[in-house]
Amino acid sequence: MKPTDISAPDYFHKVVDCQWACPAHTPVPEYIRLIAEGRYSDAYMINWQSNVFPGILGRTCDRPCEPACRRGRVEETPVAICRLKRVAADFKDDIKHRLPKPGPKNGKRIALVGGGPASLAVARDLAPLGYHCTVFDGDPKAGGMMRSQIPKFRLPDSVIDEETGYILGLGVEFKGGQRVDSLKQLLAENYDAIFVGSGAPRGRELDIPGRKEAAANIHIGIEWLANVSFGHVDKIGRRVIVLGGGNTAMDCCRTARRLGGEMVKVVVRSGFEEMKASPWEKEDAIHEDIPILNYMVPVSFKHVAGKLIGVTFQKVRAEYDDKGRRNLVPSGEPDETIPCDDVLVAVGQENAFPWIEADCGIEFDKWHMPKVDPKTFVSTNPKVFFGGDAAFGPKNIIWAVAHGHDAALSIHKMLSGEDINERPLPEVHVSSQKMGIHEWSYDNDISADKRFKVPHRDKVVALKDIRAEVELGYDLKLALGEAQRCLNCDVQTVFAAPLCIECDACVDICPMDCISFTENGEEDDLRQRLKAPSPHHDQALYVSGDLKTGRVMVKDEDVCLHCGLCAERCPTGAWDMQKYLIDMVQAGSTCQSKARSAA
Amino acid sequence: MTYIAKPKFHHPGLKKNELGYTHRDYEGKISTLCAGCGHDSITASIIEACYELSIEPHRVAKISGIGCSSKTPDYFLGNSHGFNSVHGRMPSVLTGANLANRDLIYLGVSGDGDSASIGFGQFAHSIRRAVNMTYIVENNGVYGLTKGQFSATADRGSKSKKGVTNTDNAIDLVAIALQLGATFVARSFSGDKTQLVPLIAAAIRHKGASFIDVISPCIAFNNHAGSTKSFDYVREHNDAVNRLDVLVGREPISVDYAPGTVQVVEQHDGSRLALRKLDADYDPHDRLGAQTFLQKHAAKGQIVTGLLYVDPDAEDLHTHLDTVETPLNTLDEQALCPGSAVLDKINASLR
Repeated sequence: MKPTDISAPDYFHKVVDCQWACPAHTPVPEYIRLIAEGRYSDAYMINWQSNVFPGILGRTCDRPCEPACRRGRVEETPVAICRLKRVAADFKDDIKHRLPKPGPKNGKRIALVGGGPASLAVARDLAPLGYHCTVFDGDPKAGGMMRSQIPKFRLPDSVIDEETGYILGLGVEFKGGQRVDSLKQLLAENYDAIFVGSGAPRGRELDIPGRKEAAANIHIGIEWLANVSFGHVDKIGRRVIVLGGGNTAMDCCRTARRLGGEMVKVVVRSGFEEMKASPWEKEDAIHEDIPILNYMVPVSFKHVAGKLIGVTFQKVRAEYDDKGRRNLVPSGEPDETIPCDDVLVAVGQENAFPWIEADCGIEFDKWHMPKVDPKTFVSTNPKVFFGGDAAFGPKNIIWAVAHGHDAALSIHKMLSGEDINERPLPEVHVSSQKMGIHEWSYDNDISADKRFKVPHRDKVVALKDIRAEVELGYDLKLALGEAQRCLNCDVQTVFAAPLCIECDACVDICPMDCISFTENGEEDDLRQRLKAPSPHHDQALYVSGDLKTGRVMVKDEDVCLHCGLCAERCPTGAWDMQKYLIDMVQAGSTCQSKARSAA
Repeated sequence: MTYIAKPKFHHPGLKKNELGYTHRDYEGKISTLCAGCGHDSITASIIEACYELSIEPHRVAKISGIGCSSKTPDYFLGNSHGFNSVHGRMPSVLTGANLANRDLIYLGVSGDGDSASIGFGQFAHSIRRAVNMTYIVENNGVYGLTKGQFSATADRGSKSKKGVTNTDNAIDLVAIALQLGATFVARSFSGDKTQLVPLIAAAIRHKGASFIDVISPCIAFNNHAGSTKSFDYVREHNDAVNRLDVLVGREPISVDYAPGTVQVVEQHDGSRLALRKLDADYDPHDRLGAQTFLQKHAAKGQIVTGLLYVDPDAEDLHTHLDTVETPLNTLDEQALCPGSAVLDKINASLR
C-alpha cells in the first residue's frame, strides 16, 4: 500500500466515527471533553455552530453517531452522545451574547418556505451575513414538525421556543400562520433566492376495507399528533391500535397512553427487529406497557353501524429468497381480529407539493419528487433550493440541518457571483496534545464504566401528564461519568516514519494490538498479516513509508482507544497525539474566498 | 514512566489459547522502564511464549535479581509466583525454589550486571548444576540504573554515550554457558520477536539448564553510534544461524519447508523443535563446534543468534540428585521424618 496521506481532510475525519457519521459533522469528542471540564456553554456553542438545535436534538436526534461510535466496537454500548448534547443545553449559562449579531443588510432577500429545522438552519447561516430572511409557515410559531409532531413529553415547548428564538433573534422575519400556497406568486415577489423546507407533510393512507365506513375512529398519525400538540385533541378511546413501526408510531402510542388509552397496542407488518423505529424509542414504548405485535398485516377495519370495533390482521412470516430479499408470506394461521375503539395509522409520510405550479421551472421525477442536486440542493430553477424532508423524503432533524447548511452555502455563493458547484474544502487544525513527557492535554485514562442510564420520571406520574417530560436528563455526576467514556477519537495517533527506530515499544504497549511492523503489501494481504484480526474493512489502515529495515508500520484504526500509550512509550517521538479539528464549510466561513463574498 | 494503567479493553477478535486465555491475560503491571527499552520487548516475548504454550500462570515462578532487567518480572505473568531477590542472587534463590518444588516452571530473569558481574559465580554454578530453568539475560552492555557505565558484557572498543572507549574485554555469557554445560543455549535480539518468542518457548519446554542471552538495546544510554548493542548495530551485524518453530502436540510439521533445510529436534517432553537452517554448516548439537563458530564470528564483529546448542536428552539437577518425583514441599511428615529406625538403618549402612 502507498503511505497514508494524513493531510487529506477526510482521513482523520473518518477516524472520528461519530463526527463522520453525523450529517452535520458535529465535533462530538470536542464537546464531550468540554462537558467533562464543566464548560457547558462552550460545549453548547460548538453544537450550536454545527447542528443549530442542541437542546432539541439532545432529546430527539436519531443519533447516527451512536451506532458509529468506536466504543460500541470495544464494549457493548456506545457513548450516550445524544444525551450528553442535552447536558450541554441543560447546564449552559445564558449564551445570547455569544450568538452572532445580525449583519449589516446586504440588500438581498431570501424567502424560506416552512418554519422547520431546514429553513431555520438556512436562516441561521444567512442572516448574520446580511441577508433578509423571511420564513413562512402555516403554524403560528416556528419549529415545523419539531413542534407539531414530536410529543411534548419528549420535547417541551420551552426548548423549541428557546432555540428557534435564537435564530429569529438574528433579525429573521417570521410570518406565522401564512402558508405558502403558490410558488408562482412567491417567485413574483422577486426574492433573490427561495428555499423550500416544507417537510413531508402528508401521512400515508391505509386503504383497506372499512377505512371509509369507520373513518371517525381512524386517524392519520402525524395529523393526529399535530392536533394533540395544538390542543385540538385531548382524548382517545380506551383500546387503541397503532399501525406502523416507525418513530411516529412510537410517538402515537405513547401519546395515546396519556390521553386515556389504557390498552394500547402497536401492530407491525415486519418482524420486531426490522422495525424502523429507533431501538430506544421501542424500549420507551414497551416500558409504558405497550405491547408490540409483529408479523401481522392489517386486512380490514371491522365496524358496526359506522363505529369501529376492531382491526383484522393476516398473520405472516418472513421468507428470504436467493438474493437475501425478504418476502412476507401468509403463515397459514387464521386471521386475528383485535378489538379496539380507535386506530392510529402511522405507516409512513409522503411529500406533497400541490402549491408548486407546473410552470415554475421546477421539474419533478417519476416519484413526484423535485429534482434536487444532492450537493448544492438547487432545483431545476436556479433560484429555488430544497432541503430537509422536502428534498429527499422523510429523514430526521439532523439531516434537515445538514441540508440547510449546504443550501445556505449555495445561496450565498450564488448571490456572491460564485459557482455553486465549487465547494470549498473544510479547514483542518491538527495540533500536538503533548504537555510533558507523559502528559497530555486530554484525559487519556480509559474509563471502564458501562453506559449510564438517563433518569426517567416515574411512570405513573409521567402517564398522567402529557406535557411532563419523561426523560429527566443526566445530572452532572452522571454526565461526567458518561463523558469519561468517550475515547477522544479526535486525538489522533500521528506517526513520523523518519523518527522511528523500530524498537517495538508501541506494539508491546498497545492494549488493542492495533500496531504491526511488517513487510508492505496490498491491502487485502496486509490485513491478513496484522497482529490482530482486521474484520472491518471500512476502517482504514494507516500505513507508513518504508522504515530502516524495509518494513512499514501498519495501524488498524478500527479499535484504537486513543489512549496515547504508543506515544508515551515511544522513545523518539515518532508517535504523537494530535488533536484534529475540522471546520465544515458553512456560508460565510473563512474558507470561502473573502474577496468575492457578498458585500 | 506512564501514569495510567494499561486499559483492560482488548481487541474483540483476540485469539484464545487452550486454556481460554488471550495473550493479554499473561500481562503484568505496566512497565516503568524508559520508553523504548528493549527489555519491554523481551517482556512481550515472554508473554507471547507463555500464551502460545498455554501455560497456567500459577505454575510459573519468575525470579530475578537487581537492575532494570530484574524489574521486568513485574510486567509479565501477573498471576504467577515471583521473587525479586538480592543483587546477583537470583540463581541461588531459583535453585532453592526448584529443589523445593520441581513441578513449577522456573523463569530466571537477569541482566548483564546481575549475571556477569556481581552474580557471575551464581550464574556459573546454577548452569553447571543443570538446574531445570529458563535463564534469560537481558543484555544491554551498560549499567542503565546508574546512568550508563560499561558493564562486563560491553565489547572492547565500543564507545559509551559520552564517547569513552571501553578498554576491558567482554564476557560472552553464551560462550561461558556452553563451556559450563548448559544443555540449551541461544542468543537473540529484543528487536526480533519472530526469533525470540519460539526460543523462549523451546527453552521453557527444555528439561535442564536453558540459557538465552538477549541483546536488548538501552535506549537511554547505549543506542548511539559506536555502541555494539544498539538497534542499528545489532541489525547490521546479526548473523542468525537458524530460525525455530516449536511444535507442541501432534500437529504435523508444515510442508512449506524446502527439503533438507529443516532439522527436527525432539525434546524430552515430546515437543519438537523445527530448525530452519540459515547457515547450512551449523550443527546445533556440536558443543565444541558452536564455541569455535561463536569466537570466529565474534572476532569479525558479528553477533551470532539463534538456537546455538541443544541437547534433547539432557538431564537436570533432580535427576543427578536422584530426588523423589513428588515435590519436596508436598511430602508429608511421615515421608520427611521416617523415624529413628530408618535413621539407624542409614547410619548402619555408612559404618
